[in-house]
Amino acid sequence: MSATATPTKTALPVVPHAESACPTSHGPKVDYELVLDCVHCGLCTASCPTYVETSNEADSPRGRIYLMRSVIDGTLELDNDVKQHLDLCLNCRACETACPSGVQYGRILEPFREFMNELEPGRQIQSLNALQKFLLFHVFPYRWRNRVSLAPARLMQWTGLDWLTEKSGIMGLMPESLRSMKQMLPKLKPHYGQLPEVLEPEGKPRARVALFLGCVADSLYPETNYATAKVLQANGCEVWIPRSQGCCGALHYHSAEEAPARDFAAANCEAFGATDAERFKSLDAIITNAAGCGYQLKDYAHMMHNTPHAEVAARFQSKVRDISEFLMELGPVKPNHPLNIKATYHDACHLRHAQQIFKQPRQLLEMIPGLELIPLPESELCCGAAGSYNLTQPEMADRLGKRKTTNIAATGAKALFTGNVGCLMQITRHLKALEPDVWCAHPVDALWASYSGEMPKEIGG
Amino acid sequence: MNTLTPPAPTAAPGFSHVALVARMKAVVGNDNVLTAAADMAAYECDGFTIAKTKPNVVVFPTSTEHIVGIVKACNELGVSFLARGAGTSLAGGCVLVGGGVMIALARMKRILEVNVRDRYAVVEPGVVNVWLTNALKPHGLHYAPDPSSQGACTIGGNVATNSGGPHTLKYGVTVNHILGVELVLPDGRVVICGGPTEDTPGYDLTGAIVGSEGTFGVVSKVWVRLTKNPEAYRTLLGVFETIDDATNTISDIIGAGIVPAALELLDKTMLSAVEAAFKFGFPLDAEAVVIMEVDGLAAGLQEEADRIEGIAKKNNAREVRKANTEAERMALWKARKQAFGTIGRLGYPSYCTQDGVVPRTKLPEIMRHIQATAKKYKLGICNVFHAGDGNVHPILMFDERDPLQVKAVMDASHEILSECINLGGSVTGEHGIGVEKIDFMPLMFTPDDLHYMVRLRTAFNPDSRCSPGKMLPTAGGCSEPSSFVGQTKPGRRAAV
Repeated sequence: MSATATPTKTALPVVPHAESACPTSHGPKVDYELVLDCVHCGLCTASCPTYVETSNEADSPRGRIYLMRSVIDGTLELDNDVKQHLDLCLNCRACETACPSGVQYGRILEPFREFMNELEPGRQIQSLNALQKFLLFHVFPYRWRNRVSLAPARLMQWTGLDWLTEKSGIMGLMPESLRSMKQMLPKLKPHYGQLPEVLEPEGKPRARVALFLGCVADSLYPETNYATAKVLQANGCEVWIPRSQGCCGALHYHSAEEAPARDFAAANCEAFGATDAERFKSLDAIITNAAGCGYQLKDYAHMMHNTPHAEVAARFQSKVRDISEFLMELGPVKPNHPLNIKATYHDACHLRHAQQIFKQPRQLLEMIPGLELIPLPESELCCGAAGSYNLTQPEMADRLGKRKTTNIAATGAKALFTGNVGCLMQITRHLKALEPDVWCAHPVDALWASYSGEMPKEIGG
Repeated sequence: MNTLTPPAPTAAPGFSHVALVARMKAVVGNDNVLTAAADMAAYECDGFTIAKTKPNVVVFPTSTEHIVGIVKACNELGVSFLARGAGTSLAGGCVLVGGGVMIALARMKRILEVNVRDRYAVVEPGVVNVWLTNALKPHGLHYAPDPSSQGACTIGGNVATNSGGPHTLKYGVTVNHILGVELVLPDGRVVICGGPTEDTPGYDLTGAIVGSEGTFGVVSKVWVRLTKNPEAYRTLLGVFETIDDATNTISDIIGAGIVPAALELLDKTMLSAVEAAFKFGFPLDAEAVVIMEVDGLAAGLQEEADRIEGIAKKNNAREVRKANTEAERMALWKARKQAFGTIGRLGYPSYCTQDGVVPRTKLPEIMRHIQATAKKYKLGICNVFHAGDGNVHPILMFDERDPLQVKAVMDASHEILSECINLGGSVTGEHGIGVEKIDFMPLMFTPDDLHYMVRLRTAFNPDSRCSPGKMLPTAGGCSEPSSFVGQTKPGRRAAV
């Protein structure tokens, strides 16, 4: 026994001897202390969507940290197998919720991915074709470009041409990548056009907030931004919608394209007035209804550290709130119109795990008269959307999408609510095959329906 | 001592890696075999990071037939093998000593049957403990053994180590909840011991297999007992000025004939970390608190809780708090179950959790000994443990980068565990022997005791090809300490 149990070297937190593993002069910019926080207990494994699917420990959070550590220590080569295990990670952060030791998994993975990208620029999105890359970096982050590019789809859905193209097989002539992206589209509602720059509070003024619109979300689910603005207004908030705001930067940041991501962040700090410390004080909160954007906005200080914008970014970040988080802090006005429907709620990873917001959206939904909220099994497991993951890792994204919607269908709920646009698209698309009549929406859509009495078509309005 | 087993066999001479992989792929298919360096690294250790060995290949069987095929091929090729569940062992139980075939059971994760009327379920070994309890919720039932790692650990692993948990005190450990197992013997034959009905005649082989740490074969199916959820709970928190008062309360409660569902002690240092993490409202100036829970029929439960409160007060409890709502109770249990994870907040970069048992009435002695030992070696120490069972988990805190401190931790652990034996206890309550505590076996058992254990293992596993190098020391192992303990340093360790 003594001859066979190999003694291990306890790695010291020194600059790793990485020559053997890393062809560049420097290793990944990972804080080694963060790696040491992992005590290898394995309590995270069953919370990890990819481990639950593959059962391979190298696809679990503990396994991935161990692989990264081994590469840093120089005991394992950064080969394609290692890269594949790391690429397969959704960065959903469910492991951070599960970890009793408080390991900051994202803070280990993100710099490591950046390092892999430095070795092979663009590797993370190498599976995308030119059209997908163009859309990801040059269309999605811009609200108006999205609206223009979606106009034909909107028109086709509205005129029924969409149905005709599906049935006639003419879709087969389109490139595969475009076809699959068209499949992802939800049923598009008419765009609200443009909200005024400032909406006056209804009733007694209670707060002054700014609304962050997002980019893709605004074009795909315009009704949710509209509902958010109206709900805030109904809760006595003066709502300011800065005209010059842009994408939060997440699309670039998660593809390890840091520089453009920082440009977006700097522009937003400017647009929301964070550059003027005195004036910024009069703003109570910056509201977002998208979990992914919300997390990114709340990470601006980290994203901009060591840049001249660091201080401004920290100021900006301190005011960012998810809509459900903000409403529950404020004490929401009671909704009145009943929504007689059985509903369930899926936890968007960037709300549940990255922001630890899970009670508030449920509390809001439970306030709605007539709405019966049924627990969703595995509600905390990622649906597979994960930003651009469904483009870069379509196979695992599909497996998780099917798993999620099978669970939803089994509850018998007629409405599914979730606080993130990516999840909504993914779930809507996969539910089409199982339960096409389930209404998939943001909790704030339900709340606005109950405030206004304007029922959406999906529930017979 | 020379009658003990020969050293564990390693790969036979002439054993070909290519041939081994090909055989495995023929049995389970290409998608169920891992050979990449990255994958082998992920399977080289478990929660005990001191012992590491890379397996030659990892295979994922999805049926009993697959396991049979794998085991037979290993026999033909002369290769060792080991079953692994979630790899959460804290004693190196999931490390394949000497290399060979790692049989990862994580893809055998189906709950095959839930029989509510006869109160049993049939599960595959890779089912995660808490999944079973979750699946039973609609029936008002649960699977009673609840190790703190229940969110990740598997039923197969629980069977191998005979796992306990906070509610073990009343409900018993794993062996009390296993009705039967299907076992693939190390030669590939399949036997079924026990089954859905109680009290089968013949030797209680199920009892022998539970806790055998994988050395008798590979469990491929498990019949588990289901337990009705208690109608009501009363959860109290006793606050004490001294550890002696707290441990005396525990002895008196049991001595009064009360069977609490759980009795868990947290000391002052542990409380400060838990409070920082969970903001529960624990008193930070108390030397110890004890979580005291009774459950069962609602009738009479309050009287029992009142008696416990009286006993605590008699032992100078400063205060006895009550969890008034289910939410408060859950918050309290969350704080307890995740306590180990909060140790990072105490300012030491590393910690080592020990696992020893003493008779309940000896708790005051062992606690004093633990405090004195920590002081002697100048180590940080905190305590959180299953007090009702006398199962202590002293946590030694140190800096792994300082070799002197590492040595001190090793020596202190050894002293504490030796004292547990002196007081009539044992060196592991629930983590198992694995490879970690193999050197203590000769201290606890006579050569004759060990010899009979070896003979029992030989009956199941004559060549020691299955789970080699575990639990029982090999010849000569008792006279000299294993080299890996002397040479290496403990990593940071969590225990649950």
